[in-house]
Amino acid sequence: MIDVSNLKKTYGKLDVLKGITTSIGQGEKIAIIGPSGSGKSTFLRCLNRMEDPTSGSIIFNGQDITDRKADINVHRRQMGMVFQHFNLFNNKTVLDNIMLAPVYLGLRDLRRLKWQNRLIKLRNLFRSEKLPLNPINTSKAQIKAEARETALRLLKRIGLEDKADVYPSTLSGGQKQRIAIVRALAMNPKVMLFDEPTSALDPEMVGEVLDLIKQLADEGMTMVIVTHEMGFAREVATRVLFMNEGKILEDDTPERIFTNPKHPRTQEFLSKVL
Amino acid sequence: MGNFDKKLERFWEIFIEQDGYVRVLTGLYNTIYIAVAGLAIGILIGTIIAIIRVSPKHNRLSKVLDSLCVFYVGLFRGTPIVVQLLVAYYVMLPMIGVNIPALSVCVIVFGLNSAAYVSEIMRSGILSVDPGQMEAGRALGLNYRVTMLKVVVPQAVKNIVPTLGNEFITLIKETSVVSFVGAADLYVAFNYIGSNSYEFMVPYLVMALIYIVLVAIAALIIRQLERSLRKSDRRQ
Repeated sequence: MIDVSNLKKTYGKLDVLKGITTSIGQGEKIAIIGPSGSGKSTFLRCLNRMEDPTSGSIIFNGQDITDRKADINVHRRQMGMVFQHFNLFNNKTVLDNIMLAPVYLGLRDLRRLKWQNRLIKLRNLFRSEKLPLNPINTSKAQIKAEARETALRLLKRIGLEDKADVYPSTLSGGQKQRIAIVRALAMNPKVMLFDEPTSALDPEMVGEVLDLIKQLADEGMTMVIVTHEMGFAREVATRVLFMNEGKILEDDTPERIFTNPKHPRTQEFLSKVL
Repeated sequence: MGNFDKKLERFWEIFIEQDGYVRVLTGLYNTIYIAVAGLAIGILIGTIIAIIRVSPKHNRLSKVLDSLCVFYVGLFRGTPIVVQLLVAYYVMLPMIGVNIPALSVCVIVFGLNSAAYVSEIMRSGILSVDPGQMEAGRALGLNYRVTMLKVVVPQAVKNIVPTLGNEFITLIKETSVVSFVGAADLYVAFNYIGSNSYEFMVPYLVMALIYIVLVAIAALIIRQLERSLRKSDRRQ
């Protein structure tokens, strides 16, 4: 699904990623662990080009998304991202946070289709053989209603439907992060990227967020998670990548990495955190 | 101060009987009009300049636009507004050869002038918004412009309302120089009353009072606006 080859990222003289090659298959749940400064987050952020890689390629949907000509916004719609600091839009209510992107992009696509149709009609005036129009089987009201329905269904799923009309500043960290997750889900992504989703949470709220991520995993969502929650990585991941100094040192099943790490650096790291 | 009653009487005579109040009302209207329309133009152009200045500079076009904006801000902050008015009205207009009423020229010049200040205020407002907001929008597949306009700028505006209000108050007071190009503002009206009665104390004191009241009303409006924009911060 995502094929990464020889991905490098440098900031000035600092090499953050020194050639990462891996591939992420449909339905895989990949946990990336490693010491801080090892490039875990940078790697994750390169996957949807929140950071521009210096070199290397990332093939997603058969297209190299590191190519400057590729429309990254189209790919990002299929890659949900969840941040350490939630990043809910502070000026929008919870419901609007979830609806903003689906409604805006839906309306824009509809507008574009309508314009194309107008052009086709104009061209048809001068043609004997008429070109077919793009079928439009939706409307502004329908797009909005559907987005609203999806948003409310997702909120209900996480038990926060009563928070639909409040602003994010009134919510707890755990609630914010769960809403951030369903906001990404509202786009129907093919893969979810989690950048330390529980690191900024109070300890008692970590559980509710991890539970939601675990539910998604059980439903078969493809996901890449940068995390310091080793227990969670072990339980949920199908593969664990151990990163150190910009490289993947170990890439194996959680059982083998956590019970029998091969690389001395992995052993050292795990002995400290477990 | 012994003949204060007499002075007041003279002022009153011209103010009421010789239609001085009509001039004052016109002047008041013009003052408010220039300040409000100027600020509106300033916010519009200032926001555009601020967005150009904070956007990432990938290609040559964005770099050129950025330098143009820096030049614009430097130009309008580097010269007094009186000079800008005089240059616009007595140099630029004859050069282009069009005839625009002095009042419109004032609105345009005050708008362009305040755009320079508003752009800097707006820029600091945009930079004060958590970069995570932009990232979250981009990660959802929204482009830079849409995320800027729907997420970042509204939050920036909320942060800068007090400073923007300050700019509005400054603008109200600065309009008192528009008589340089012959536009009729409050100063012109009271100066007329003063010259006709050979007595300036009362008219100028009343003028000062009107400015104070104007600014107080503006401050009140700004505070209300601030409060209603704080809605998303308040805990419910």
